[in-house]
Amino acid sequence: MEYLPNIIFAIILIAGIGYFANNVKKLIRNIKLGHKVDASDHKSERWKNVVNIALGQSKLVKRPVSGILHAIVYVGFVIINMEVLEIIIDGLFGTHRIGLSVLPESVYGFLIGAFEILAVLVLVSVTVFWIRRNVIKIKRFLSSEMKGWPKNDGNFILYFEVVLMCLFLVMNATDTTFQNLNSGNVISQFIAPWFSGFELETLHTIESVAWWLHIVGILIFLNYLYFSKHLHILLAFPNVYYGSVAPKGKFNNLEAVTAEVKLMMDPDADPYAAPPETAEDEVPAKFGASDVMDLTQVQLLNAYTCTECGRCTSSCPANLTGKKLSPRKIMMDTRDRLEEVGKNIDLNKGKFVDDGKQLLGDYITNEELWACTTCNACVEECPVSINPLSIIMEMRRYLVMEQSAAPMELNNMMTNIENNGAPWPYNQMDRLNWKDEN
Amino acid sequence: MSEQLNVPTMAEMMAEGKQPEILFWVGSAGSYDDRAKKITKAFVKILNKANVNFAVLGTEESNTGDVAKRAGNEFLFQMQAVMNIEVLNAYDVKRIVTCDPHSFNCLKNEYPGLGGNYDVIHHTQYIEELISSGRLTVDGNTFKGKRITFHDPCYLGRANSIYDAPRDVLKKTNATLVEMKRHKGTALCCGAGGAQMFKEPEKGDKDINVLRTEDALETQPEIIATGCPYCNTMMTDGVKFKEKEADIKVMDIAELIADA
Repeated sequence: MEYLPNIIFAIILIAGIGYFANNVKKLIRNIKLGHKVDASDHKSERWKNVVNIALGQSKLVKRPVSGILHAIVYVGFVIINMEVLEIIIDGLFGTHRIGLSVLPESVYGFLIGAFEILAVLVLVSVTVFWIRRNVIKIKRFLSSEMKGWPKNDGNFILYFEVVLMCLFLVMNATDTTFQNLNSGNVISQFIAPWFSGFELETLHTIESVAWWLHIVGILIFLNYLYFSKHLHILLAFPNVYYGSVAPKGKFNNLEAVTAEVKLMMDPDADPYAAPPETAEDEVPAKFGASDVMDLTQVQLLNAYTCTECGRCTSSCPANLTGKKLSPRKIMMDTRDRLEEVGKNIDLNKGKFVDDGKQLLGDYITNEELWACTTCNACVEECPVSINPLSIIMEMRRYLVMEQSAAPMELNNMMTNIENNGAPWPYNQMDRLNWKDEN
Repeated sequence: MSEQLNVPTMAEMMAEGKQPEILFWVGSAGSYDDRAKKITKAFVKILNKANVNFAVLGTEESNTGDVAKRAGNEFLFQMQAVMNIEVLNAYDVKRIVTCDPHSFNCLKNEYPGLGGNYDVIHHTQYIEELISSGRLTVDGNTFKGKRITFHDPCYLGRANSIYDAPRDVLKKTNATLVEMKRHKGTALCCGAGGAQMFKEPEKGDKDINVLRTEDALETQPEIIATGCPYCNTMMTDGVKFKEKEADIKVMDIAELIADA
């Protein structure tokens, strides 16, 4: 029976990590529903982006208040989680503060002291975040796509942080051995007096309850990630790596179209020639995207990475002038649809069964797509290199090339280009007339 | 413009066995739009003044296909691109300058994948080059001390990270440069991009060009400078909407330099 706590701990740990790993597998499977992207180029530039944009948060601090607060929570989160290593070792082997027997007392004290200070800074930042969301009501948190679950999700994670930080401090405050060391208890020494009336036995119980809740809380947090917008704490890194390294104005040239255009322009091409053997079984390429499977793996990774901060939407000219388009909603819709497709696959033994729905129309409307000015403000703003514009463009391509569903005026413009090489109905032969006009 | 402009075409050049140092890509707006044609002529005036050996394609030029691409019509874009590339390559064009950031972006970033590889620059970059190499001198009297604010075109700024060239050129006019709150990377679009120029906007509570004009008016400018024919139209309309056209002019950087 002596090892019972260790066994229970091991079971909880394995279950927590196991369930998370299972969901990560699903996430990877869902992302792989998209088209492959070759990102083997510009390796050094990609790593530089990971260091500057993801690790260094260079884009976040462009909005200083939220940027700096975010940096505190981020640093706190990463560093305080070093403590989890000790908790896991203690839990598995029944030791108590193994760090103390490995590290010199002063070093250990310094580390825990730093964690405690960070814990308080995190508490302060999280409180300010909560006030920004719920009291000051900053505009970008109030858009129509932020009602219901997305709003609660944002708050839940803040409550989580508060509980975890408090548990960490209480755990230290009620640990009499640690308090007696008087090294590293920079914050918890002020909390300890709150418990001064308790018996030693009770203190031990409180400490061990806080300890257990802390580790269980972290495991719950870990598993909550998959269901929330908070996957960005893991996915920001690969997402920034795979983000575009080309100038933002460069839109990809559709290869399927290039093949057909070349054939059309080639004077030697035989229009009656049979298609090459290999092409026989292939489904003809679809132009553009109407559903998540038509998007690229990077675009789907983008959708899982989005943490719904709304910087894109708050800088979008269409959104700022009251149009329906919100780049954040494009990303949220893409993820929601991808999740729906994933669940469909789970239910149907690994195969997607047509559910009569798609991203275009059921989630994203034509009105949103046609409001975009392709100005790249959303792409520029995103702190984790998400590109909502690329999804909008793929869906416009589908509307125009598969459905001929462009707005009338744009069809006129395109007919003009086809007929006379200009978006207006002017004669091609008049193209140089400006030279002689006054 | 009373003075005679010298505008040789590639065909004429070739007939004489000559090769220009640069091809001026006029673009559809620059060729047909009444306001944009003035920008085209101002730029030619600069090229003539600096004795640049340039040429245009004239009637052999066709729409880059950029606006069709942004509208989602990749077919039309690639047809236009392949046609233009055939002409450009036949003339062995190496270097292209254009007053239109949309043509600039398309030629520079999207033509190479289809076999069109050129050194493409925006006219503000070329003017800067002409000034710094001493080929073009600017007196800097006309606009001395005037308050000018520059509106970054999306396809020059954010799309291609060119923020300094237009500002450096503007400084040569000795004007007082004032920045809008949203500028460079955070500049607001004029509302014309992504084929919006050719359609009515979706339902909303304001037009984008009006919002952008309000950004500009906050700086109390005498001149709003642009580097894009479409931005020019949108900002001109915005100024008219605000009934400020008597006090504020919207001018392309080429026009400012041609008159400076």
